[in-house]
Amino acid sequence: MDKFVEKELNGWGRYRGSRSHIYRPEKVNGIAAAIRSGKESSYIGRGLGRSYGDAALNQDGGVVLTERINRFLSFEPNTGVVSCEAGVTLEEILKVFVPRGWFLPVTPGTKFVTMGGAVACDVHGKNHHRDGSLSNFVLDLKLLLADGQQIRASRDENSDLFWATVGGMGLTGMILSVTFKLRRIETAFIRVNYQRTRNLDETMRLLEEEDQDYNYSVAWVDGLAVGGSLGRSILIRGNHATVDDLSPQQATQPLEFAHRRTWTVPPQVPNFVLDRFSIRAFNSLYYRRFRQHPVNSIIDYDRFFYPLDSLREWNRLYGKRGFIQYQCVFPPDTSRAALVEVLSRLSKGKIPLCLVVLKRFGAETGLLSFPMPGYTLALDMPMLGTPLLSVLHELDQWVIRQGGRVYLAKDACLSAEAFKEMYPRFGQWQRMKTEMDPQNLFSSDLSRRLRITGVDD
Amino acid sequence: MKQVLILGATSSIARAIASEFAREGVNLFLGGRDLAELEHMAADLDIRHGIQAHYGSVDAEDFAAHKDFLENATRTLGEIDGVVFAIGYLGEQPRESADPAAALKIMNINLSAAISLLAPIANILEEQGHGFIMGLSSVAGDRARPSNYVYGTAKGGLTLYLDGLRNRLDRQGVKVITLKLGFVDTEMTYGKRGLFLVASPEQVAKSACQTLQKPSGVYYIPRFWRMIMLVIRLIPDSVFKRLNL
Repeated sequence: MDKFVEKELNGWGRYRGSRSHIYRPEKVNGIAAAIRSGKESSYIGRGLGRSYGDAALNQDGGVVLTERINRFLSFEPNTGVVSCEAGVTLEEILKVFVPRGWFLPVTPGTKFVTMGGAVACDVHGKNHHRDGSLSNFVLDLKLLLADGQQIRASRDENSDLFWATVGGMGLTGMILSVTFKLRRIETAFIRVNYQRTRNLDETMRLLEEEDQDYNYSVAWVDGLAVGGSLGRSILIRGNHATVDDLSPQQATQPLEFAHRRTWTVPPQVPNFVLDRFSIRAFNSLYYRRFRQHPVNSIIDYDRFFYPLDSLREWNRLYGKRGFIQYQCVFPPDTSRAALVEVLSRLSKGKIPLCLVVLKRFGAETGLLSFPMPGYTLALDMPMLGTPLLSVLHELDQWVIRQGGRVYLAKDACLSAEAFKEMYPRFGQWQRMKTEMDPQNLFSSDLSRRLRITGVDD
Repeated sequence: MKQVLILGATSSIARAIASEFAREGVNLFLGGRDLAELEHMAADLDIRHGIQAHYGSVDAEDFAAHKDFLENATRTLGEIDGVVFAIGYLGEQPRESADPAAALKIMNINLSAAISLLAPIANILEEQGHGFIMGLSSVAGDRARPSNYVYGTAKGGLTLYLDGLRNRLDRQGVKVITLKLGFVDTEMTYGKRGLFLVASPEQVAKSACQTLQKPSGVYYIPRFWRMIMLVIRLIPDSVFKRLNL
């Protein structure tokens, strides 16, 4: 349809925002009608708006919401192959399929993302070291191209387009539907092991030695620890629990559990709520919650994968200034030095790190997909303006020298030059883009900032 | 209640109503114009709720084809326990003011199609002595405003027609429910200015299905529209014609 609402939209970090014309088609044909109407010079799809920076923003252009294009199209109970439209959320997939003994093959740290968005960002999860990113489980995509054609892409059919689209940030076309394979589970619970480490060396050693024993593995790093304690962490690692792992009470209905109560952060939160002192206190308390010896427990998947989902609109905690999540990856051989450098630079720069997460990655996938073998580090910090930006730009250069890269789904600050150095397969991707969408009908604030499409003004 | 026919099934309100029925295990026959959409919707209802969802193509304005469509739908469902008439078309009043054909299109889709599609089903339900007819009308039918009086006329007519069905069928054990909807957040209203108290399709669907537990009658959804429309209807003509609504 041709009606739109003009409104300012933000990225999840609330640092990037822009005004655009927002379309909300209710039928698949409505997406095509909006895009082919010629009313806007460009369009970008938007799911639940959980990318942190400007990936789902399109200043003065069209933003196409997929929230009402959200139907399951097929499901094979024998193989777990499911097909759904782009606007189906991970929350809905879990709600429908966990009670039937199926789980997401890969999940990010929130269930409030759409399948279309997840594929466009080729998201990874705590199992990347074993299973790789989401695209490894995607069998087939249906895309709406700039010329109005609807086309299938998979490893066998239009495979160039497939590898350009997974991780392609929605710039190759509108993802209409996705076919992917779920994972069989016996229970809705995770058998989790928490282990405290004293420093970075111990953290990395344990991750490297023991990651093969865990399907899910991540290290929560105390971002404010310095000197000999730098990189001290809580390792949070787990496997899907079997019925035998459960308490007799849980085992009666192994695929059910009591959902947590959710809270919503009010719209106006003063900046001091997350300042250096409160962040230090939180980090220190969390670290001390765990003893030196490992702790095992059985928790439901919701608590394990989505701790922040019970706090709705948690991005408001950072106040009006918003926040940045800087997520980068380093190849294995440079990882240690790089991690020390990043953590000490940020602590020297007096930048309060609210949340630092470290994880080992497995293999590379799509042409613009973020993951590559090595270590990834994700850092949440309040948007402190120019001083922070200059530290981040220095970090970008450091990341490039190490042969690493920054995650576009999180990014809000990268320069066009830095992007091109970080993504060596961009040239290959760009040839595909030029062929499929020469007019850059699919563009976003991110694609202009990184000069993926035209030049940012 | 086991088998329900939904007419105009691909609208967002009808979709939400279909989900409500499916959650209760009701099998559905979905009628609409866009077969690809109906196919997606039927697959989704089947996967989420494990019900049988059939579908067939019906164009509100193609009166000649209604008979075959209804025969197919009732044959497929076996027995029919109810029908939801959710076909609706708002149009653009400036165009209708200038062009009688555009105005007739509104009358055809919102009113004539209801008569054409509901009359045969009313007879079936009357004969079997149970079932329901639910019609989605609008507060716009309560009083004609300059900004959308053709649509209002059609919806007012639909309200009256449903009144008639109710007065005829209630004593035969067939429930006739008229839903007068206020503003709902759908494609019809998206991007329009000056709307207030906009309800979500899911809220509307939930209230709509709750009315099936209540007696035959007219229900405003959301309920506060009853008060708003009471006030609006009480405004004397001499004042109303000077208001800019």
